[in-house]
Amino acid sequence: MSGVQPIHVVPPVNSLRMVRTLMLVTALCGGLIVAVWQWTQPAIAANKKVVLERSVRALIPNAAEIVEYDASSQGIMPAKGDPAAGAVRFYAAYDKDGKLEAIAAEGAARGYSDTVRVLYGYRHACECIFGIQVTQMRETPGIGDKIITDPAFLKNFERLDVSLTPDMKSLFNTVKTVKHGSKQFGWEIDAIAGATITSKAVGRGINDSAQRLLPLLLPHLEAVKQNGGMQ
Amino acid sequence: MSSQPLQASNMEQLLEGIWKQNPVFVMALGMCPALAVTVSAFNALGMGLATTFVLICSCTLISMLRRFIPREVRIATYIVIIATFVTLVDYLIQAVSLALYEALGAFIQLIVVNCIILGRAEAHAAKNPPFSAMVNALGMGIGFTIGLFALGSVREILGAGKLFGISLFGDQFQPWVVMVLPPGGFFVLGLWLLFFAWLAKRKEAQHGA
Repeated sequence: MSGVQPIHVVPPVNSLRMVRTLMLVTALCGGLIVAVWQWTQPAIAANKKVVLERSVRALIPNAAEIVEYDASSQGIMPAKGDPAAGAVRFYAAYDKDGKLEAIAAEGAARGYSDTVRVLYGYRHACECIFGIQVTQMRETPGIGDKIITDPAFLKNFERLDVSLTPDMKSLFNTVKTVKHGSKQFGWEIDAIAGATITSKAVGRGINDSAQRLLPLLLPHLEAVKQNGGMQ
Repeated sequence: MSSQPLQASNMEQLLEGIWKQNPVFVMALGMCPALAVTVSAFNALGMGLATTFVLICSCTLISMLRRFIPREVRIATYIVIIATFVTLVDYLIQAVSLALYEALGAFIQLIVVNCIILGRAEAHAAKNPPFSAMVNALGMGIGFTIGLFALGSVREILGAGKLFGISLFGDQFQPWVVMVLPPGGFFVLGLWLLFFAWLAKRKEAQHGA
């Protein structure tokens, strides 16, 4: 064999080696992701809670205690994780004496460039929405973002009628955004001139959420009222 | 090899990304986040730092594994590694600031397909030892962050009259809103490219004289 010249051949690709490398790398990456996920989850959950509580407090300044619930056809349950299918998440704000101050819930609808999320405050005494807080939006600066600042637009939500039909199955009147300057009724929202799409998203988000939440919530409102101070 | 020339070359490596081969102003890479998230200085810095983290971690790991990864599956492996670090940075940003996370939106996840990172992995980390890969990635990351900050600060000052959310000109200032809209990104990028081209030309003229 000593006289034979070695021939330079490209070694055949070893399939097993490819599979092994990919498996090792994915296992390493998987381990890393899970470790960091477990490490950051408590901080992320705490951050989300702080942001939410800040929005609810801005809406309901008297809130001393905020409790999260899910309303579904089975009744009202304390919130745990993501809401189940068909359930609607809401936040009950109690004052320092444990009396129910107001209810807050989030509505979402597609705006001009992305989903617009709005937290609205509801009081049963007037069967109305008494204020909103925009929690997420990416609308055009100087146009769509007026939904946060425009005083005339925000006035729509000082007493927006969301009363239910006598059978408590749906809203008596659909909450609707109307063309700028043509608002006539308590359930209508006067759009911002030039930002109609964003204004409509706010109205649609509130309507969709209230249509689902209020028929589930109101039959059990007494239970929610009595829960104050028990948490 | 003595340590002196090695250090000098490391310095060069670092400066290459920051200045000579700046990803934004010279190579014009990663334009999608560079234009989309730079509506404010804070967003620009956040995005720049997130990308730098992914660049350094993925390039170092790829360089460490470079002898084990068969050529045939290298792209798949790189993408898995890059996607892993992007997921980590996604969680870390959520843990640090939800406001920043909301502002950067989908662009954090899109770091996976930022061509600077796969480009560095393929062109540098796959052929060089870990330390060199790390220095190169750090330079590129700093260069990218500077590029983003240059865009974000100018756009925020002109488009909102603020820097890092602090009002600069008082109530009398009428914001130049187009600057924080997508076309503003192109205007400001164009002006910066013009500025760097002018600098290069001036330098050339000085050398020629």
